[in-house]
Amino acid sequence: MSDESASPPAAPTDAERDELRRHGILLTSLEELHNWGRSNSIWPLQFGLACCAIEMIATATARFDIARFGAEIFRPSPRQADLMIVSGTVTKKMAPQVVRLWNQMPEPKYCIAMGACAISGGPFKQGYNVLKGIDRFIPVDIYIPGCPPRPEALLNGLIELQKKIRAERLTGPDAARHTRPEEPSEFPVPEFGAHDLVPPNNPEVWQAPTLPRPGKA
Amino acid sequence: METLEQIRDRLQARFSGAPVTLVTNPGPAAEHSLLLDAASAREIALFLRDDPALRLDYCSNVTGVDWPEKEIVETTKVSQPDPAGGSARIVEQKTKRLQPGCLEVVYHLYSMARKHGPVILRLRTGNRTNQVTLPSLTPVWRSCEFQEREVFDLYGVVFDGHPDLRRILMWDGFQDHPMRKDYVAPDDFEWEPTAHGEVLERAKAHLPKVEEPES
Repeated sequence: MSDESASPPAAPTDAERDELRRHGILLTSLEELHNWGRSNSIWPLQFGLACCAIEMIATATARFDIARFGAEIFRPSPRQADLMIVSGTVTKKMAPQVVRLWNQMPEPKYCIAMGACAISGGPFKQGYNVLKGIDRFIPVDIYIPGCPPRPEALLNGLIELQKKIRAERLTGPDAARHTRPEEPSEFPVPEFGAHDLVPPNNPEVWQAPTLPRPGKA
Repeated sequence: METLEQIRDRLQARFSGAPVTLVTNPGPAAEHSLLLDAASAREIALFLRDDPALRLDYCSNVTGVDWPEKEIVETTKVSQPDPAGGSARIVEQKTKRLQPGCLEVVYHLYSMARKHGPVILRLRTGNRTNQVTLPSLTPVWRSCEFQEREVFDLYGVVFDGHPDLRRILMWDGFQDHPMRKDYVAPDDFEWEPTAHGEVLERAKAHLPKVEEPES
């Protein structure tokens, strides 16, 4: 051993780890193990708002079987839930309750906006009692388009969320949101005004989209 | 079932003095209806429910209609004598009149016992601002309760005698009546990728101002 380098050895690549695993050696880190466990036991909050909820229920049945991804334990209490699936139209009358439920969920928590209504108001956009997307009040991790999305689409959204969780860092400068105490975990609950919700959106979470190119509408 | 004309004649004979008008529907559906007076509506509703020939025991639907003020121009042909002594000319004369607005509540009645229907009732308020009270028919048909609350919420008709008149879709502090023709929605339009029609027009007011480059 004459050629000793001063720098630490590079982390093993995925190909090297697969090679080692074939020989019966498992290499992992605490972070990976932690995220592996978290991503395979996402407990959703059991609540539905509209027709998307029917698709969510179908996803939980034996035919589509959300249990394959470890997310079959729908919790009736926000204190025990990791994931909020906003499944359906959020009316302005319902929006404060949805935000309140989100505030009651402990970190780490994730939000899926399921279907056109939860994303933007969908076919009911500009209706007098329809919120134009739940992302105006709470941060959304995964958007699932569709009206309503098929159960396969919800499962795909769940898989994407699992990928997102597995990629999260627990330490360091790019650590995940829930590990940083300065990041907000609770968001202001809108109040019922005389003509609209007050405020109509949370400017810290959501800003109106701007033009893609100046001068072109 | 009797025709609406027969029902109207029976009602007028039974409740002397109560104005009951037949409102005809010229469309292919021909769903004609009876316009009742607010003062006698409750008694007439009870009669329609309990009359052995009609037995209209089920109110399936209550809805509201907003009739804003409307200017109607009528053209009439008037023969005008020629002052010079010639033959009279026929001149078109236009008269404008203002049809006052009102709020209307429509009830669709069926009979489960006699298996017939619908009989459609209409009630009209005095105007759209301060005479908006109508008698509630919830004491007659229990199924009217939520639907009258909905009409109260979305149109602003106040039902006298309703057991629990609150808003049902909007929150309690809400002040507008969204299904009225003159409802002004909150101006919360913004840029969106596929806007068209009225949404595009109203969104234009909210687009960021871009200064034209000097050429």
